Amino acid sequence: MEYHSPASFDEAVSIAKNADGITRFLAGGTDVLVQLRADIVVPDVLIDLKKIDDTKIIARDDDGWHIGVAVSGAEMSEHPELKREWPGVVEAMDLIGSTQIQGRATLVGNLCNGSPAADSVPAMIAAGATVTVAGEAGDRILAVEDIPAGPGKTNLAKGELISSIHLPSRGEGGGDAYLRFIPRTEMDIAVVGCGANLRLDGDTVSEARVSLGAVAPTALLVEDAANAIIGTRLDDEAMNALAVAASDACNPIDDKRGTIKFRTHVAGVLAKRAVKIAYDRAKGNK
Amino acid sequence: MSMIHVRTTVNGDPQEFLCDPRETMLDVLRDRLALTGAKEGCGTGDCGACSITVDDRLVCSCLMLGAEADGKEISTIEGMADGEELHPLQAKFIEYAALQCGICTPGILVATKALLEKNPDPTETEVRYWLAGNLCRCTGYDKIIRAVMDTAAEMREDA
Repeated sequence: MEYHSPASFDEAVSIAKNADGITRFLAGGTDVLVQLRADIVVPDVLIDLKKIDDTKIIARDDDGWHIGVAVSGAEMSEHPELKREWPGVVEAMDLIGSTQIQGRATLVGNLCNGSPAADSVPAMIAAGATVTVAGEAGDRILAVEDIPAGPGKTNLAKGELISSIHLPSRGEGGGDAYLRFIPRTEMDIAVVGCGANLRLDGDTVSEARVSLGAVAPTALLVEDAANAIIGTRLDDEAMNALAVAASDACNPIDDKRGTIKFRTHVAGVLAKRAVKIAYDRAKGNK
Repeated sequence: MSMIHVRTTVNGDPQEFLCDPRETMLDVLRDRLALTGAKEGCGTGDCGACSITVDDRLVCSCLMLGAEADGKEISTIEGMADGEELHPLQAKFIEYAALQCGICTPGILVATKALLEKNPDPTETEVRYWLAGNLCRCTGYDKIIRAVMDTAAEMREDA
């Protein structure tokens, strides 16, 4: 295995483009090293991104938040302003693994590992997060929901990598939330995950995004679920329509961690609860 | 395969080593630097027996490459006592018999030291969540938690 630690994304792109065999990018390494050591994925070329400038920054400007690819979950949780504006995204990231894992694990790693159950991914999708993809032809911006292609797979081409992640400006009257179901209280993988993000005009939902994880080959943006609550004050009828839309979007697997029936039902329950939390946060955010 | 030359700081002392790109920080500590306090329990970041700090950040050394230590400040259990004088957590773990076989103990001590530096007055719940990634198969955790809570109280009085 070759180990590279380039000083720029251009250099990283060039190494990846010319690499033979399996290439992996290293940020936190909490998936890459587990797969390496278990001989599941042994890269021929490993490209460590942490010597590149700005991979450790959390910055805000008029466009919103920019989060570097090597920013750990712990660093996000310790950032009071990020947590205040996007509590759902920060909490989703914070659910991943132990304190030790939080010291290294990253949003982009969680996204590019390609697990359908990745906790931060539905939260980012609900938030409307985008990523900058560096490649030979220059940078392009993609929505987070366009990155996963299926379990363990992304839509990035050879020689492409994510160089930054962006969250929109929170703005007035907005709130987000992420909830997951696991059969214990900590240190587990989502059986179902749900992200919700909305904006209020008075007491009425004017914008909404609802997403689901662990119920399909990739995390899903569920537009029908969002449409069920837009223009409402989350009355019972809207909440029930939301739950039905969330359950209808599910295409889960049946395994020892949850049956198809269970996951489909829980998706509706979590959607209602996550939307309620996002609504309450939006009310407090005026 | 060419070896990688790494310059780092371990427990305050400058260290240099050569390592294979696939070698983890845990392998480097144990096999090249003869620091065998960090243990390999699972090798997948679940058990915390290999806990160290890197630039004051608690991590599993089994999920870090030795090559990544370049330019970093590494702290291990070997740097916890001041010569013959035990760290208050170490003394309290002995007083409370907060260990049996001892395999998990270096990791738990490194992890709790990091907690108390960040939060000198944690609740029991905060201690239990912080240590969720440090598995102990002997004690049932109760003595560990009590030792940590008592150390924290004593360190606050002494501060």
